[in-house]
Amino acid sequence: MKTLQELEEIRKRTLETMNLRKESEGTRIVVGMATCGIAAGARPVLLKIMEEVEKRNLSGVTVAQTGCIGLCQLEPIVEVYKPGQEKVTYVKMTPEAAARVVAEHIVNDQVVLEQTVGRFQV
Amino acid sequence: MEFYRSHVLVCHGTGCTSSDSPGIKKRLEEVIAQKGLEKEVKVVMTGCFGLCAMGPIVIVYPEGSFYSHVTVDDVDEIVEEHLLKGRIVKRLLYKEAVEEDETIKSLEKVEFYRKQKRVALRNCGVINPENIEEYIALDGYMALGKVLTEMQPIDVVNTIKEAGLRGRGGAGFPTGVKWSFAMGGEGQKYVLCNADEGDPGAFMDRSVLEGDPHVVLEAMAIAGYAIGASQGYIYVRAEYPIAVKRLGIALAQAREYGMLGKNIFGTGFDFDIELRLGSGAFVCGEETALIASIEGKRGEPRPRPPFPAVKGLFGRPTILNNVETYANIPQIIVKGPEWFASMGTEKSKGTKVFALGGKIENTGLVEIPMGTTLREIIYEIGGGIPGGKAFKAVQTGGPSGGCITAENLDTPIDYDNLVAIGSMMGSGGMIVMDEDNCMVDIARFFLDFTVDESCGKCPTCRIGTKRMIEMLDKICEGRGEEGDIERLEDLAKTIKSTSLCALGQTAPNPVLSTIRYFRDEYEAHIRDKKCPAGVCKKLLKVEIDKELCRGCSLCTKVCPVDAISGVLKSPFEIDQTKCIKCGACIEKCPFNAISKK
Repeated sequence: MKTLQELEEIRKRTLETMNLRKESEGTRIVVGMATCGIAAGARPVLLKIMEEVEKRNLSGVTVAQTGCIGLCQLEPIVEVYKPGQEKVTYVKMTPEAAARVVAEHIVNDQVVLEQTVGRFQV
Repeated sequence: MEFYRSHVLVCHGTGCTSSDSPGIKKRLEEVIAQKGLEKEVKVVMTGCFGLCAMGPIVIVYPEGSFYSHVTVDDVDEIVEEHLLKGRIVKRLLYKEAVEEDETIKSLEKVEFYRKQKRVALRNCGVINPENIEEYIALDGYMALGKVLTEMQPIDVVNTIKEAGLRGRGGAGFPTGVKWSFAMGGEGQKYVLCNADEGDPGAFMDRSVLEGDPHVVLEAMAIAGYAIGASQGYIYVRAEYPIAVKRLGIALAQAREYGMLGKNIFGTGFDFDIELRLGSGAFVCGEETALIASIEGKRGEPRPRPPFPAVKGLFGRPTILNNVETYANIPQIIVKGPEWFASMGTEKSKGTKVFALGGKIENTGLVEIPMGTTLREIIYEIGGGIPGGKAFKAVQTGGPSGGCITAENLDTPIDYDNLVAIGSMMGSGGMIVMDEDNCMVDIARFFLDFTVDESCGKCPTCRIGTKRMIEMLDKICEGRGEEGDIERLEDLAKTIKSTSLCALGQTAPNPVLSTIRYFRDEYEAHIRDKKCPAGVCKKLLKVEIDKELCRGCSLCTKVCPVDAISGVLKSPFEIDQTKCIKCGACIEKCPFNAISKK
């Protein structure tokens, strides 16, 4: 038999996993997953991002993928949309860099400058 | 926390299931596993989304992509393109959900959903109905917890009274008042749920049971606490196998979690529920017949009083509510009666679910606040009539209700307004008819249903409806005489006033209401021996216009009974004794030379 308290715990725990099913206003992390992105190693990057988000129990963060944005030589590309802020585009991503992006940018609001597209384009 | 980046919702209502949504789910899981995405993407079965005409429906989150008419063959592309590469499969998107600039509208902004307000259906198409934790996540069983720990039974009854909830099964009796009749006194009492949804074309209760079964269990437990009952029964049609299966799963889970059984939440309150399957008798939707059926007796109504609240199941005080009524209860407790009473009209609060069917684009399930007009339901939510045909009438209340014509399209829908215009709310079936429907034929269709379903106890219902349908048959076959309409009306009044239960009391309604609004169609059948809508076959003649016919012989090839003959390049002829008026030749003729008259 469950107590009301246990019921509340189940509610909170399950609700977090269901947040995905509504229009979200939160942060979106979008990984370029076209042929070029996948070939350049976007999948390990995506998996690392998911792992970090899960590990840190971040709510209101969605991880999505998108197609090719045309900068194939700079793949894997990850874009971060935070509400009310300019989009940040990270390029030539690796799983390690992805972990930094989650820790520094998503959690602490510090853009990881050396991975941004501005650093790579002449 | 199990974290998935994407949830794929697959509708498992009866409509989508019959077009193989379980196959789609199975294939999705296979392909997702093949691609190694099973830790990233979760496939969830849900209840009905309501837009059954577009099924099977698959929704992919976080994008909220609404895929319609999905087949098993489309699954590989959805996984490969959307789930792996993030490219939405545009060709499968529900066209209403795509803006002109090709961006996707959120589901709430689509015309079909925009005017809806989902209260009873709030979890349908959102949660997995076979997972109690998803129900709990969206405040499930919170109302039961609140009632048991913070409220006295009288507070519960008063809350339901204040909310102004009226029975959604058709008659619209105030639910709180009904509950108050069964309060007080000692000994065993019962809480029953009427899930014997029998009106042709009505399927809202089925969708609630399939998409959100726990809401009914929770509400029944609340009702049990309110009147002091420890046992409930759900009387559900055996023709709803998916609903029966999910109710069974929900009952087992609720017992496992201690939401049903002994000492719920440690408060000392005991309550449990059993299922009883109906065997397909329409009359068992009537409360006293339903009770007799649960007792193992023949499903026949008995006179009231005593009402079930005084003397019901096994002679004990009993309350009986319909599925949709129960589906409103937990939210009234959680959000308060003021919230519920803020929706709807003065005398009809809250929302009502309607099953839209017949000549309408968006066949499916809609939930609207009371007071919405028929025009909004049919033309905005329902998407209008297919093929640019003209609206003729809409039948509400199924075989107990009546038709509503174009002049009343702007009437705000509530219990009292519908009665005032000669129909009734009923359980919520809404069958739309266009210019091609013959109203005499429609009346005959509904009466045919009640003739079959009359339990036979009262002679007026048993014999009277039979005599009425014989008269209608006569009229449809061109043997109608002057005075038939008056005889129909006369007999209808007798049946209505002398039948014991609502089945007989309402059985003549479709005939009376079509006579009221379409008397000219009856007269055309009787006096001119013509069916203006071209439906009644015995009154029709399919003829070839000799001026227009070029003698191409195409019609002879499609005629299933070889009724057409002639010499090539000269006008053909139809043998009226053979013709079955199927109309195949009319559609085939390239010169529009054939017509029904």
